[in-house]
Amino acid sequence: MYPSDYRYTKDHEWIKLDGTVGTIGITEYAQAELGDVVFVELPKAGTQVKSGQSFGTVESVKAVSELFSPVSGEVTETNAALADSPEKINQDPHGAAWLVKVRLADPKEISGLMDAAAYQAYIAEKAKEHSA
Amino acid sequence: MNSKAIETETLAGMAGPASRHISRDERLIFENSAPGKRGMELPPLDVPAVDPAASLGRDFVRDSIEGFPEVSEIEVIRHFTRLSSWNYAIDLGMYPLGSCTMKYNPRVNEFVARLDGLASEHPEQPAEVSQGCLRILHDLQKCLLAITGMDAATLQPAAGAQGELTGLLLIRAYLQSQGNARKKVLIPDSAHGTNPASVVIAGYEVQNIKSNERGQIDTDHLREYVNGDVAALMLTNPSTIGVFEERIAEIAQILHERGALVYMDGANMNALAGITRPGDFGVDVMHLNLHKTFSTPHGGGGPGAGPVMVKKILEPFLPVPVVVQKENGQYALDHNRPRAIGRVRAYCGNFGVLLRALAYTLAYGPGIRQATEDAVVNANYIRKHLEGIFDLPYNLPSMHEVVFSDARQKKHGVNTMDIAKRLIDFGFHPYTTAFPLIVPGAMMIEPTESESREECDHFIGAMRAIAAEAEANPELLKTAPHSTRVGRLDEVAAARKPILRWKP
Amino acid sequence: MRYLPKSPSERREMLESIGARSVEVFFQSIPEKFRLREPLPLPGPLSEMEIIQYFQARAAENARGFTSFLGAGVYQHLRSVVTDALVQRGEFLTSYTPYQAEMAQGTLTAIFEFQTLMSQLTGQEVANASMYDGSTALTEAVLMAERLTGRHRVLVARSVHPEYRQVLATYAKNLGLEVEEVRYAESGQIDRATLTPEVLATAAAVVVQSPNFFGVLEDLPALAERVHAAGGLVVNAITEAVSLGIVRPPAEADIVAMEGQAFGVAPSFGGPYVGVIATREKFVRQMPGRLAGQTTDAAGRRGFVLTLATREQHIRREKATSNICTNEALYALVATIHLCLLGKEGLREMALQNLAKARFAQAELEKIPGVRRVFSGPTFNEFTLEFPRSVKLINAALLREKIVGPFALGTHYPELAKRALVCVTETAPRAEIERMVTAVRRILETPV
Repeated sequence: MYPSDYRYTKDHEWIKLDGTVGTIGITEYAQAELGDVVFVELPKAGTQVKSGQSFGTVESVKAVSELFSPVSGEVTETNAALADSPEKINQDPHGAAWLVKVRLADPKEISGLMDAAAYQAYIAEKAKEHSA
Repeated sequence: MNSKAIETETLAGMAGPASRHISRDERLIFENSAPGKRGMELPPLDVPAVDPAASLGRDFVRDSIEGFPEVSEIEVIRHFTRLSSWNYAIDLGMYPLGSCTMKYNPRVNEFVARLDGLASEHPEQPAEVSQGCLRILHDLQKCLLAITGMDAATLQPAAGAQGELTGLLLIRAYLQSQGNARKKVLIPDSAHGTNPASVVIAGYEVQNIKSNERGQIDTDHLREYVNGDVAALMLTNPSTIGVFEERIAEIAQILHERGALVYMDGANMNALAGITRPGDFGVDVMHLNLHKTFSTPHGGGGPGAGPVMVKKILEPFLPVPVVVQKENGQYALDHNRPRAIGRVRAYCGNFGVLLRALAYTLAYGPGIRQATEDAVVNANYIRKHLEGIFDLPYNLPSMHEVVFSDARQKKHGVNTMDIAKRLIDFGFHPYTTAFPLIVPGAMMIEPTESESREECDHFIGAMRAIAAEAEANPELLKTAPHSTRVGRLDEVAAARKPILRWKP
Repeated sequence: MRYLPKSPSERREMLESIGARSVEVFFQSIPEKFRLREPLPLPGPLSEMEIIQYFQARAAENARGFTSFLGAGVYQHLRSVVTDALVQRGEFLTSYTPYQAEMAQGTLTAIFEFQTLMSQLTGQEVANASMYDGSTALTEAVLMAERLTGRHRVLVARSVHPEYRQVLATYAKNLGLEVEEVRYAESGQIDRATLTPEVLATAAAVVVQSPNFFGVLEDLPALAERVHAAGGLVVNAITEAVSLGIVRPPAEADIVAMEGQAFGVAPSFGGPYVGVIATREKFVRQMPGRLAGQTTDAAGRRGFVLTLATREQHIRREKATSNICTNEALYALVATIHLCLLGKEGLREMALQNLAKARFAQAELEKIPGVRRVFSGPTFNEFTLEFPRSVKLINAALLREKIVGPFALGTHYPELAKRALVCVTETAPRAEIERMVTAVRRILETPV
C-alpha cells in the first residue's frame, strides 16, 4: 500500500526522490480522510516552497486541507490533469495524482522524513486514537 | 408516506395510469418561456417616445436579452407557488437549529413594513419629511440599549457578520486613539465561522484559544494569552454549546486590566433577554442578530440586520450616520462625526428589518422575559428526554440550546449527518450538524420559545425512534431522506463541475 | 402572550418533567449580581391593533403622497402586487438558508433562476446569490480584484456613488489597500486621459459606475481596453439596474457589482436591498457569497444545492473570501419574481419609458432661464442640471408643494454646488413632471 521508496510526513504527504527532484503527493490515508476531492489549488512552476509550510490546498465539499511541503526548494512542475479531474486524488493518490515536482535545495533533507514502515505505524496509532 | 404506492396506483375507469401531479416536476421559469408572453403591463407612456439609439448612440444600446423569460402572470404565480411547496418553513414546523433561533415571524410585522409612508420612503429625502422613519429607528435603538444594558448603538450593519466587522473596527479605532491599535483578537475554538473571517477583514490576526474540558474559556490560559498585542476577546455568551460563561466577570477583568476589550457575539441573546444584560457583565461592544432573537424572517437566507451596541468609550467612533434626537425633539441622522470609522454600507441600515424588530419588541414589552424563559424550558425539556439516548459531551446546565454528539450512534456506522437526514422523514428540519468544531459529530439543538409542548414531544419521539433505527437498521439512515421530492443530492459533482446558471 | 404556544399548566408540567422546581434553576449559572430583578423598562406590551396604530402614526409623519424626483442610488419603480403575494407565502418568508437541500428546493431553484437572470442582464458568465447591497457588493468586488491580481492599489472614479466609495474606504483602510480617486471629464465620464500605462501598471482595478452618480453612461469598452492592456481588471458598479433594459450590458467589465433594488424592491428608507456580484467563470472561486449549483440525486432527478462552499466563512473561516453569511435571499426572490413578470419586453418597455420621461423633464427644465445641462455624456433616467440658485433652497420650497426635489450634488461634491441630480422614472405622471417644472420656474422667478 505504501511504497517503500517513498518518504512520508506527519501531515500525510509523500515524496519520491529522483536525483534532486522530488515528486510530492498526499497519501491514501489522507484521501480517505478527505472524502471526494473536488478541487486542488497548486503553486505555479518557479514558486519557492519551504519545508513545513503550506504550498496549496485540497478541497472536499465540506472541508479545505492545507498541503504542507515536506522539503524546501523550487516547484518545477504541477500536475495539470488535476484541474479537470481532481477525483484522481481519490483513485490513485500515490501515482497518477502526484501534485507537484520540486527541485530540492538540500536533497539530504529527505532523511528526516518517515519511511513506509514508520508511516504505517503512525497512522495505525491515529486510527486507535479516533476510535477511543 | 410511501410515494412508490402513489405512483403505481391507477384509478379504475381512467384511460391510462394516473401520474404524479405536474407540480412535482415543475421546470425552470426559462423552460416555461415562449416569445410574446407578458406577466406585467405598464400604463401607457404619456410623454413623447424616444428612440434609444438616436438618444444614446448605437454603441450604448443593447440587443434583446437572450434567454430572458417571457411568461404570463398566472404562470409566474403557479411557478413560484409550486416552488414554495418544496420548502420547509417555520410556518410548517420546528427548525431545531442551534444558534439560529428560528422563532415565529409575526405577521403584523409584515403588514406594518409595507405601509404606504414607510415602504415608500427614500433614504435621501429631507429629515423634516422623514420624522416617522427616524423615530422608528430611535425607538428601536432605545429598546435595544435597554435590553443589552449598553450606552450607544449603530443600526447600520446589514447582518451579524457585518456587525462583527463593525465592532472590531470600533475596537481598532478606540485603541488607535489610545496610541496602539494592537495586532490580535482572541477567539475560542467553539466560535462561529464569521468570527475569524471578520477579524481578518478588520486587519487583525486571529489567535485561537482552546476551550477547557467544560467547553468554557480557560481563565488561567487566558491570562497567559492576553498581552500587549491583544486588542480584544471575541466571545459568544452563552457559548455555542449553550452554556453561560460563569466566569465572565473574571474574563472581562483580565482583558480590561491589560487595556483590551470584550466583544460579544450576540447570536445567543435568546437565552438572555430580560434575564441579564451584557453591558452589566463586562461587555464593551456586541452585535445583535435581529433575524434571530428579534424574529425578523430568514426569507431563505436573508435579509438580516446586525446592530452594534457599545459602551460610551466607543461612541465617538460609531459609523455615520448615527440616529439622534435633537433638543427640539426632532429626529435626525447625524453625519457630523469626525472620529467615525467611516460607514459600513450605504444609507442608514436595513430599515425594513429594523422596523420589524421594533414591532416584535413592542408586542412583548417588559414581558420579553417570558419568551426567554419558554425558550430555556423547551431546550431543557428536550435535553431531559434525549439524555441517555444520545451522548452529551458537556454535562453542564444548558440554557436555550443543547449540544449532543453522535458518539453512541457511530458504533453502528451512522453519524450526525445521517441522523439529521433521517429526521427529515419525520417532518422536521435537521438540527445544526457541523458546528461547534469542538464537538466532533455535533448535534446542536435550539427549539426556541415558539415551539409548543406538543411539537417538542413530536421532536423527542422522532429522535428516539431514529436512535432505535440507528441500531436496528442503519442503512435507513444512511440513505435518508426518503420522503422528499429529491433524494440526497450529489454535492461532489456540483463542486467539481459547477453549473451555476441555466443556458438555452 | 399570543406568540407563545404554552398554557400555564403546560409550563408547570414541563418543569415537573425536567425535575426543576422553577425556571430560575436554568439561570443559576449566571452570577447573581448580573441577574435582573425587575422587568426591563420597555414600551408595550401592545396588541396587534396598537402596533398597527403606532406604525400608521409614523407613516403619517413622512412623505406619504409626495412626488419624488430623487434617485441617487435608490429608484422608484412600478411593482406588481403579485410579487408580494408570492413572497409573503410562509414557505418562502419563514424558511431558512437552504443548507439542507432536499427540503429547500424551492429556495434553491429560485436562487438558480436569480443567478441566471443576473448573468443574462449583465452580460457576465456567473452571478452569486446576493450580497447585502450595491455598496458592499462593490467593496467585495474590489477585494476580489485585489486577490485575483495580487496588486494592492485601486483607482476609483470620483463619479462612483459617494457612499459606495466611503464604504470601500472604510474596509480598505484596514487591509492595506490603497485607493486613489480618478477625476471626471467634461462629459461626466471618467477622465480616461489620466489613466496612462504608468498609472495603471500597479492597479488591481479601475472602478467605475454606469450609469454613474451624475447619471452619465461610461464607455466601458474603451476603458477596458486600456486597463486590460496594463494587466488590471475593470470593476463596474450599477445602481439603477433598470437601465439594463436598454443599455448595453457591461460585458467588458471583469466584475460587476450591482444593486438590484430597482427590480421591485421598495425604497424602504435605505434597506433591505439586494446586491449581486457577477463575473467571469474563471474568477468564480474568488467570488464571495453563496452560489446555487445544479446537480442530480441518485435517481437522476435534477436538483440544486449550495456549492463551492469552501470559499465561505463557515468552512474557510479566517481564510474565507468574505465574512458574509446571511445575505438578501428574500429580496433576490423579489427581484426574480419581478423580472419574470416584466419579462424581456416588459423590462425593455419600462426602460424606454424611463428614458422618455427623463428626456421630457430635462427639456422642460432647460427652458427655464438659468437652468443648464452640466455633462455632455449620454444619460438614462438621471441627469445633472445647473441652477441659478442653491438647490437646497429650491428643494425647501418644492417640499412645501409636496414635491421631493432632486439630489443636491453639493452635498458630496463641493465643486458642484448649485447642481442637482434629477431622476425621473416611469412612475412620474406627465402632470406631475409639469407641476414640478412649473413650481421650479415660479421659485426661481421669486426674488430671494
